[in-house]
Amino acid sequence: MNHLRRRLLRAGLATSALAVSLAAGLLRPLRALAGEWPKAAFDATDVSDAMRDIGIVEPVPTGDILIKAPEIAENGAQVPIEILSRIPDTRVIYVFVDKNLQPMAASFELMNGAEPFVSTRIKMGETSALRVVVQAGGKHFMAAREVKVTIGGCGT
Amino acid sequence: MPEPIRMRVKLDGDVADVRVLIGHPMETGLRKDPHSDEPVPIHFIKTVTAKLNGSPVMQAQWSRAVSRNPYLQFRIKGAKAGDEVSISWIDNRGETNSAAARIPPG
Amino acid sequence: MHAALRCGSCFLALALPVWAGLQAATDAGTGTAPEQDRQRYVRSFAERFPGVPLEDYVYGAMIANPDAKKQYEQIMEFPPFIGDVEEGRKIWETPFRNGRTFADCFPDGGRNVAGNYPHFDSAREKVITFEMALNDCRRTNGEEELAYGQRSPMGVLTAYARTLSEGMRMNIRVDSPAAREKYAAGKALFYRRIGQLNAACAGCHLHNAGNIMRMEIISPVLGHATHWPIFRGGEELMTLQGRFKRCMEQMRAVPYGYASEEWNNLEYFLSYISNGIPLKSSVFRK
Repeated sequence: MNHLRRRLLRAGLATSALAVSLAAGLLRPLRALAGEWPKAAFDATDVSDAMRDIGIVEPVPTGDILIKAPEIAENGAQVPIEILSRIPDTRVIYVFVDKNLQPMAASFELMNGAEPFVSTRIKMGETSALRVVVQAGGKHFMAAREVKVTIGGCGT
Repeated sequence: MPEPIRMRVKLDGDVADVRVLIGHPMETGLRKDPHSDEPVPIHFIKTVTAKLNGSPVMQAQWSRAVSRNPYLQFRIKGAKAGDEVSISWIDNRGETNSAAARIPPG
Repeated sequence: MHAALRCGSCFLALALPVWAGLQAATDAGTGTAPEQDRQRYVRSFAERFPGVPLEDYVYGAMIANPDAKKQYEQIMEFPPFIGDVEEGRKIWETPFRNGRTFADCFPDGGRNVAGNYPHFDSAREKVITFEMALNDCRRTNGEEELAYGQRSPMGVLTAYARTLSEGMRMNIRVDSPAAREKYAAGKALFYRRIGQLNAACAGCHLHNAGNIMRMEIISPVLGHATHWPIFRGGEELMTLQGRFKRCMEQMRAVPYGYASEEWNNLEYFLSYISNGIPLKSSVFRK
C-alpha cells in the first residue's frame, strides 16, 4: 500500500475528500508536478482532453480568477495576458487557448511565497476563449475570457 | 550561445516584482523560412524555474504557444533588499540558460 | 467635373478623383507654402480627432483605439525586440577600420539628430534621409555602404541610432526654392492615384483617417513619419520606406526603390508636416 495513503488512513482521513482524491490519483506529491514536462496535456488537440491529461477535474467556474487580456489582439503572435487569483492557497495556474491547435499553453506552479499572479505573452491563432484554471486547496477553479484575433489588410 | 535573459526587479514593501524578458525564438515548427520556404524546426522553452535565494518559487511549463522572446512577470512575498532572484530555462533541444539579479532597496 | 486650376502641375489636378472635390484639388496644388500646408493639416486633424494633442499622433491609428494603445503600452514596457535594438547598438558602437565611429559623424555623438532628417542637401541637390546619412558616414570613413531595406545591418542600426533622438521634435526645414521643389514632389506623390487599385495615399490617410478599411483603422498622415522603425507584431522590423513598399504593393502598384528620389521626397514631405511632434523609435505595431 502507498506510504502516504497508509499514513493518512492512520490519521483517520480514510473517508475524507483528501483520501478519495489520493485514491483517484488526482493529488500528486509536489515532486511529481515539478520537473516533468506534461507532454500528453501539451499535445492534446482538444481543451477537455488537455485538462483531463493534466489532472484537472470538474473545475468550478469562479469570478475570483481575474484575467486581463485584450478585447481584440493587435497581433496574435504577442497577446499580453495577466492573471490574478484571489482564491486562497493557489498552487498552480494553467492557461489554455481553446481554439489553438494544442490548447494548453502554459502552467505556472507557485511555491515558497510566490503570489498567485502571473503575466506573460502568448500566441493565439484565432478568436478564442482564453481559459484559466487554478488549482487551489486541492480543487480546481476556472474562468475564461474571449479574445478576438483578426488579420487586417494593412496594419501599421 | 543562448540569447540573454533580461531581468528587472523592484521591491514594494516585502513583495518583489520580477519582470523578465527571455531571448528565445520560440519557434512553433509551423513557420516557413522566407528564403528557403522550408519549415523552421520547432524550438521552444519547455521549463522555466524561478528561485529566491536558491529556493524555488515558481516552475513554469511552457508550450510553443508562448510568444517569441517571452515575457514573464511574477511576484514574491517575503522578499527583501539584497535577496537574489534567479531564472533558469531549458528548451526542447536541451539547451539552457540562467540569470540572477539582486533585489534593490524598495 | 474637374476643378480648373491655374498651377504649374495642372496635369496632376486633372488626375484627381471627383469625389475628393475642390478641397483636395487645392490641397494638391504646388503653390502653397509647406508651413501653410502643415498648419492646415494640423487644424484639419484637430477637427477630425478633437482633444487629441499633437504629440499623440506618434501613436498613429491607436489614437482611435484604446484597446490597441493599452497593448502597445504593455509590450513597450519590456519589448520583445530589445535584442534587435541591442544588435544595432553593437553596430553603432563598433569602430570603422580607421578607428572612427558613427557617433563622430554627427553633432553631440548622434543624440537628437534624427528629427533633422530628411534634409535637403543643396550641394548634392537631393534629399538625404537619416539612413543615407549613416551611409555617408560609412563612405567618408572608407567603408562600404549598407544596403537599404535589410533587417540587418541597416535596419537594426537605425533601430538603435534613432533611439538617441527619442523625444526630439521633428524639425524639418524647407529653406530654398530647390528644397521646396522636392517637398512639392513628395506632396504630389502623396496625392497621386497609383496602382491597380487606383488609390492615393491621401485618399486613405488624409480623407479617411480614423475610418475602417480591410478591418483596420486607417492611420492619419499627421505623425506618419515620427515613429520608425516599427516592429510589426513585436517581431518584424520595418522602416518607413519599407512601409511605402508594402503599401504600394497592397495598392497593386510597382514600388519605387529604397532611397529612390520618389520615396525620399515623399519622406521629406511627410516629415515636414509632422514638425513639432516628439519622435519615438523602435516601437511596437500590430
